[in-house]
Amino acid sequence: MITCVNLTKKYKTRSGFNVCIDDVSFSVQKGERLGILGKNGSGKSTLIRLIAGVDAPTSGHVKREMSVSWPLAFDGGFQGSLSGIDNIKFVSRIYGMDFKTCRDFVSDFSELGKSLWEPVKHYSSGMRSRLAFALTLSVDFDCVLIDEVISVGDSRFQQKCHDELFVKRPERSIILVSHHHDVVERYCTHAAVLKAGKLTICSDISSAYEEYENNA
Amino acid sequence: MSRASALLLNVRVIWALVLREIITRYGRENIGFLWLIVEPMLFTGGIAISWSFFASLHGHRIGVLEFAVTGYSSILLWRNCANRAVNGVQPNFDLLYHRRVKVLDVLVARCLLEIASATLSFVVLTVAFVFLDMMPAPRDLMQVMIAWFFLAWVSVAIALVVAALSEMSDLVERVWHVATYLFFPLSGALFMVDWLSPAMQKVVLWIPMVHGLEMLRGGYFGPSIRTLFSVEYLFLFCGICTYLGLLLVKVMSRRVVRK
Repeated sequence: MITCVNLTKKYKTRSGFNVCIDDVSFSVQKGERLGILGKNGSGKSTLIRLIAGVDAPTSGHVKREMSVSWPLAFDGGFQGSLSGIDNIKFVSRIYGMDFKTCRDFVSDFSELGKSLWEPVKHYSSGMRSRLAFALTLSVDFDCVLIDEVISVGDSRFQQKCHDELFVKRPERSIILVSHHHDVVERYCTHAAVLKAGKLTICSDISSAYEEYENNA
Repeated sequence: MSRASALLLNVRVIWALVLREIITRYGRENIGFLWLIVEPMLFTGGIAISWSFFASLHGHRIGVLEFAVTGYSSILLWRNCANRAVNGVQPNFDLLYHRRVKVLDVLVARCLLEIASATLSFVVLTVAFVFLDMMPAPRDLMQVMIAWFFLAWVSVAIALVVAALSEMSDLVERVWHVATYLFFPLSGALFMVDWLSPAMQKVVLWIPMVHGLEMLRGGYFGPSIRTLFSVEYLFLFCGICTYLGLLLVKVMSRRVVRK
């Protein structure tokens, strides 16, 4: 289980403090797939970074009782000047996994082929996302954090992600933030809405959609 | 997680960062990571040899070459540690996406690499010059090693403080670069404390690197020279500075943002 207790994140700006996440509490059980809907600037990415432990909250805390992935997002997680292979090496080292197993999985899943030997900074955003997906899935976390990037690649790649995330390991938890309600509807079991840093937990996904559309 | 497995995890992360740092810095072209040793060796060796041609230490019973090798090797140690740690977080920012990678790990990895580089260069140069009969072997190897350990510790402690401050204000980087040049002659590379006037001695003995280098040279040259240093001062400075550095890094890592 992951429990967030009174999470608050403030950033210092030129005009005083900007409260990005405002006293957010919730928990995610094993196997639960929580979709958090939020418009641009509502604090989605900040929240996912707090859950991941990338950023420290200003107050409150996150209790992680299962292994939690890094945020699967459009940026971050890779050293741009290193090749895909060297990034795989680094990740396999810090998570204590066998490099060859990791590499074979990533190479097979991402279908990046020879590009894996090129520096990541030369990748297109689609290639980057494919590498990020493959790498995250190769570590086998109990809970995967996804920041918007669920729909990357062509339909075949999307099918692969879907199979890996929902069919092969259905007991895996997911926390997904997005501004697309159809993504949340398609993938999640639970839903919440984030508005100006405040989180509203909704009883079901259609009520989350209503909340999201009406009171934005 | 038990304490032992947490420690093991830390070691694993730092090791991964060190290996990654080697690849990003030296790549796999030409001699690759051997530059780690060759670069400081060329610097120290080049300066030491040109000194031994142009400079003389008349009236002092020590050779120019070993004086320069000990002096410049220790300069490389603290200077490179701090220089690599200044703004050392930003280039590694993407790696902080992995919760296991902490800001402190990044800085420690960078310092370890610099220590390894300076140490190997010092050892290889010394062995080579001694073997070629260009300078005598160290008299008291144990003291040399203890002094080197202290110099490395001073370097890491200073690096942590400077790194944390540089992340908080851009001013620090500029001030630090000026300070490096000022400390270049002041850190003891160009003199023995015994050669200075009593008033000047008092001033330079505030600088921790001077104590470390005096101790190092005392071990290298043996009783033929008079050295002035205090292990207590070194220990105290290292302890306080490390504590301060860790504290500052802790504060800084809570508010570090991508620039």
